[in-house]
Amino acid sequence: MARKEYSFYPGCSSERRASASNYMVSVESMCKKLDIKLNEIPDWNCCGASIGYAQGGELPRHVMNARNLAISEQVNKGQDVVATCAACWLGAKETKDRLAHDSGLLAEANEALREAGMNLTYKGEQEVRHMVEVLIEDLGYDELKKPVVRPLEGMKIAGYVGCQTNRPFGIAGESFENPKYLDHLVEIVGAEPVTGYDQKVTCCGGALAFSEPEKSQAQIKKIVESAYDYGAEMIVTPCPVCQMNVEIYQGQINKRYGTKFNMPVTYYSQLMTVAYGGSAKEAGLNGQIVRASRLEEIAAKNR
Amino acid sequence: MGDQNTSMVQKYRNDFLKEVEANVEEGAWVKMCMQCGVCAGSCPLGPAWEHPPQEIFMMIRAGRREEVLKSESMWMCTSCYNCIVRCPRELPITHIMHGLANYAHRLGLAPKMNPTRRFAKIFWDNIAKSGRVNELELSVRLYFMDGFKAGVLKGLAMKDIGIGMMKTGRLNPFGLFAHKGCKDIKGIHKMLKKAYEIEDRKKGFVA
Ligand code: SF4
Ligand code: SF4
Ligand code: SF4
Ligand code: SF4
Repeated sequence: MARKEYSFYPGCSSERRASASNYMVSVESMCKKLDIKLNEIPDWNCCGASIGYAQGGELPRHVMNARNLAISEQVNKGQDVVATCAACWLGAKETKDRLAHDSGLLAEANEALREAGMNLTYKGEQEVRHMVEVLIEDLGYDELKKPVVRPLEGMKIAGYVGCQTNRPFGIAGESFENPKYLDHLVEIVGAEPVTGYDQKVTCCGGALAFSEPEKSQAQIKKIVESAYDYGAEMIVTPCPVCQMNVEIYQGQINKRYGTKFNMPVTYYSQLMTVAYGGSAKEAGLNGQIVRASRLEEIAAKNR
Repeated sequence: MGDQNTSMVQKYRNDFLKEVEANVEEGAWVKMCMQCGVCAGSCPLGPAWEHPPQEIFMMIRAGRREEVLKSESMWMCTSCYNCIVRCPRELPITHIMHGLANYAHRLGLAPKMNPTRRFAKIFWDNIAKSGRVNELELSVRLYFMDGFKAGVLKGLAMKDIGIGMMKTGRLNPFGLFAHKGCKDIKGIHKMLKKAYEIEDRKKGFVA
């Protein structure tokens, strides 16, 4: 039996050939090395994301999340739900919170849920957690360090936490304005964290990167620029929306502002996979638009 | 849609606060605002908010209904949750902003051309159709929301990103046809229909 087992909510962006498929590949490799088993919630649906509110309203949005959680309660009994996407985690956790405090809404959610297949009732039995939360709280930094066989020596990395992994719930024991867990993870894999990175919790614009590109790109510019100012050669993040926004718009920002950004943006799970001895492929590094060359070099080394 | 608005105006007369309390997500919190201004300095797209959250709460209490519901301001919310963790009165500001935007949209008062309103609608329709996001269909519909020519231009501006995503296996060029979505999509459609029915009944929307 695996050391830990969780009910897994992957979210749309993790699907094969979707925008965060590289995240998924590295999470699978990382969990294998750490002996963590992820049991995917069968037939899960989208959480509605933060932007779903305008058309989705209140109950339809909560019902989407309640369906996933109810399937999880039925199929993956006794396990905590784990999400890798900050927005998914937040959406599901918000639903859990609201339904726990509002019995009327809970009854309504279950009334709607009965219309779906699988004979579902949402009870609210399981915790909803983010992958980094699980790593830090259930395994702990010491355990996360043990499998390191290929430290990322000499690399200087800026930990970009963003908003939704951090607010409003965050990771226990961390402050909202200066959370340090990403820096710790960077240390654990043998790289040097950028401790003064002052844009680490700046919002990248989230979904508004699509609808308000100029305004969001001004945010993203600050986030990348500050990483350069502190001498970082790479940005690491726990959120697929952060990753995508901060990585893929650098070219457009360069055109708009005359900057020369070419900063790789990776996931914590990619750093860990490489440090744990995984290949570039196992770390999903072929999924980077701005190539993480230094990390690829390290991954090519024998361990 | 216009009728929807008229019936709400008649029902609540001039008591906009009461209307917000009854019909807007977490609206009952509005009266708890003590106008300290902390939230007003928290929004990442700050300069784009004609009325920051603090001001919106004040305007609700002052009964400035049309001005609030027709405002672009709530649509500038990035869901960053800065305000929620900072508000001394613990108002769920993010959710109230979402709730107001949703309510204005339902009444047909929200600014028609606001890009976030249009994006949010396309996004929700996309997931409600198959149960999961189809990223390619989503981007294609986004590009073409201003018509064919604008879509081609926007597609061209985004082409480097699109090609990069495809090359790295992060966008499926065949996603328009191959995307499967959820198995129980029939059940999900029925479930959502029911959820809308309940919500509309509760909030007094006429079908
Ligand atoms: S937040 Fe994004 S990735 Fe997660 S389920 Fe929702 S749409 Fe899919
Ligand atoms: S930084 Fe951007 S993508 Fe990341 S959580 Fe915040 S809004 Fe979402
Ligand atoms: S921070 Fe809270 S109390 Fe202060 S103005 Fe904003 S909503 Fe009102
Ligand atoms: S969540 Fe919305 S309202 Fe709150 S600070 Fe962020 S942008 Fe402003």
